[in-house]
Amino acid sequence: MVKKLEKKKEKVPFIDWFLASNGATSVAVVMLGFLAGVILLLCIGKSPAGLFKAIGQSMFGKAGKNGSWNFRTIGDTLMFSVPYVLCGLSMAFANRVGLFNIGAEGQYTIGMLAAHVVAVCVPAFPGQWLLCILVALLAGAVWGGIVGFFKAKFKVSEVVATIMLNYVALYLYPLVCLYLLPEATVNKSGRTADLAETSLLRKVLFDGSNFNIGFIFMILAVVVFWFIMEKTRLGFGLRATGFNKDAARCSGINDTGNITLAMAISGAFAGMAGAIMLLGSVRYAKILTGQDNYGFMGIAVALVGNSKALGCLLAGYLFGVLKSAYSIMQGMGIPKEVVNIIQGLIVIFISFRSGLGLIRDRRAKVKVRKEAEK
Amino acid sequence: MSEYAIQMLGITKTFPGIIANDNVDLEVKKNEVLAILGENGAGKSTLMSVLFGAYPPDAGKILINGKEVKITDPNVATKLGIGMVHQHFKLVHNYTVTENIVLGREPRNKAGILSLKDAEKRVAELSDKYGLQVDPRAKIDDITVGQQQRVEILKTLYSDSDIIILDEPTAVLTPQEIDELMEIIRTLKKEGKTIVIITHKLKEIMAVADRCTVLRRGKYIGTIDITPETNEQELATMMVGRPVKFDIDKAPCKPGKVALEIKDITVNDSLGVAKVKDLSLSVREGEIVGIAGVDGNGQTELLYALSGLSKVEKGHIIMDGEDITNLTIKERIEKGLGHIPEDRQKHGLVGGFTVAENTVLKNYYTDTYTGKMGVLKYDKIRENSDSLIDQFDIRSGQGSDTPAGSLSGGNQQKVIVAREISLSPKVLLVAQPTRGLDVGAIEYIRKRLVAERDKGKAILLVSFELDEIMNLCDRIAAISKGQIVGIFNEGEKTSAEIGLMMAGVKSKEAQ
Repeated sequence: MVKKLEKKKEKVPFIDWFLASNGATSVAVVMLGFLAGVILLLCIGKSPAGLFKAIGQSMFGKAGKNGSWNFRTIGDTLMFSVPYVLCGLSMAFANRVGLFNIGAEGQYTIGMLAAHVVAVCVPAFPGQWLLCILVALLAGAVWGGIVGFFKAKFKVSEVVATIMLNYVALYLYPLVCLYLLPEATVNKSGRTADLAETSLLRKVLFDGSNFNIGFIFMILAVVVFWFIMEKTRLGFGLRATGFNKDAARCSGINDTGNITLAMAISGAFAGMAGAIMLLGSVRYAKILTGQDNYGFMGIAVALVGNSKALGCLLAGYLFGVLKSAYSIMQGMGIPKEVVNIIQGLIVIFISFRSGLGLIRDRRAKVKVRKEAEK
Repeated sequence: MSEYAIQMLGITKTFPGIIANDNVDLEVKKNEVLAILGENGAGKSTLMSVLFGAYPPDAGKILINGKEVKITDPNVATKLGIGMVHQHFKLVHNYTVTENIVLGREPRNKAGILSLKDAEKRVAELSDKYGLQVDPRAKIDDITVGQQQRVEILKTLYSDSDIIILDEPTAVLTPQEIDELMEIIRTLKKEGKTIVIITHKLKEIMAVADRCTVLRRGKYIGTIDITPETNEQELATMMVGRPVKFDIDKAPCKPGKVALEIKDITVNDSLGVAKVKDLSLSVREGEIVGIAGVDGNGQTELLYALSGLSKVEKGHIIMDGEDITNLTIKERIEKGLGHIPEDRQKHGLVGGFTVAENTVLKNYYTDTYTGKMGVLKYDKIRENSDSLIDQFDIRSGQGSDTPAGSLSGGNQQKVIVAREISLSPKVLLVAQPTRGLDVGAIEYIRKRLVAERDKGKAILLVSFELDEIMNLCDRIAAISKGQIVGIFNEGEKTSAEIGLMMAGVKSKEAQ
């Protein structure tokens, strides 16, 4: 009897802790997404084991007990997660300052274009890849910063402006490639000439995989995000602006400057993703005709990752794993659409989070009542 | 038939974190004026919202004229003959008086087209009968706040309400308008209406109420009959739970040199309408200058201009001999301008930040709190806030780490006051420092302000509570329509005289 009571006592704080912890709810949401995927597979008469085998293979390079080791997939999976993480950071950074940057897609595209131009137009020199990344960073920052500036100065909605700039970036890409760059840089079949050898990102570790130093830049970006946001006075002002623009302004914090800066930094993350995607995969670039959608997936990453640095890293990795598992599942005869459905459900479930707030309020209410009755 | 118009028995209503009403009983006899007295947060408004169907109660029952009823929404309440005049009027500003009154039940002629003729006639009749003079065709924009309130009362009469609830009806009125309202309430009673008046002002209760029910912290304390012999102090003690002293003891004022000088400034609101016109005023070191006025006469815009939130169209602001008219907010703060804003949720605090972060909101970037590479010294920030929490008696669940948004109103205000005073400003702008706070916090914050004055700071205080101004200030400036209409020393004028000035009568005419 005594034991039972003790158990009950422990259980209540757990629920409260769970409801209060954003990290825990994110994990629960992901598990819920997978549960739905399993149910779906059972419904169509497939074994859910394959789903987890594919995920195991993409994460650890080995599928189950009798599968063979294949380290290449580990590297590929890590690399797949790079654009998700970076675009997630882009969304998250703006979000922490109270902005909804739906333009990571455009900033990503413009970063890719900038890197592309540098890679094909500048004569090859050692370390060219670094210049490419820096220019992409800058281009993304400008693309985001413009919106921030107009938002701060003229109250232009950042949502509308970034959506439109997404299209501008997308159509600017072939325009620049076909009409502005020297003819020799374009191939007729919708791809470019080979990029300069010195501009490609060096492949390291994991034999035969796509894993390259772009990954290290991504990790650096995560650290920079965390450092700026959580540790510095710049982050303090940015967060204050995000929580309460009016109070920040009244306290002498430059809210308009912060909004511009936040959109620029946010754009830089996405721009970098564009460069790494361009320089880290194949020797040539394709002339973009449709959106890569990493920018939009970044919104989901930031949501699941709670707009925190570590959260985005983990959520981005999850999306990378799912993408990697996607192709592996195909080989196993499991409908790969399940992965897309799981992704979609995770995003839907995460938006239930505000519902958890209601439950929390209700619990607080009941607690107060009980205390009063004592 | 029952002798009671309203009986609310055992009403309990909880919100997250608080019990707004805890087993409260309220009985209103037919054709009486019942006052509900309580401090802010005592649960008066919640109780009335339950009666009016805005929230369902968690427990308890409601009887109207002796019959148990379920009031699920305001329409049910209206059908039962209950009318409510909210503290913040719910009027459409570019509609006429009649249009506002018929809103939602517009009269139509046979062809189904809106016809206001009969309605206008009825409004005129009603306003005659109950002594509520308003022109049925006037636009709400063109009439005074007192008249707007009458429109709200007419609305309830138009829908044949027998029970009229007035929520803090005098908060927005000048002393003269308050007297007129008291007269209206007496007329309504004479014509057979039942009135419930929610207030925390003792004078009004003494003036019109037959009985008074006191609530404290959500609990029912008691009901007493109001006679001319009733002791105000007794009521106050019931309301607060201990004997209270409303007056602050303060040493005589020893003013020094002029610290803040406002020279002929004009300030526009967000729509470009001049709300402050050629206003001049000076505040010396070691004195509190109060701006007395009815809400909406330019006080907000004046403080926005002084603090730098909005720009000055014309004129100069001089602080300590230096023109600060065109400086940024940050520069003003660095030069020693403190500001306790009117809207503490919007301008005063970052709710998502902890108490510690809020205490350094204005100086987090200085060398004291920021080290190499712009890294914040969180240990120093903590140290500072721990000491302020101690010094200012800020009650928070997790000390410095408590999110500011989760504090009670009084403690939020203490955080702001602590931050502003800790920056030791030369000039302190203070707006509505005690609005919505409990008596303990009010006493404390007033004492702190006087202490700052005694340290030689210049304080400019804006408050819509005339009592607060009369109590705290060494000099009082009455404001009306964006202009100062009279300046005088403490004790020179009575509240009635100041009231006349607030209503726009220049001080010479008043004499």
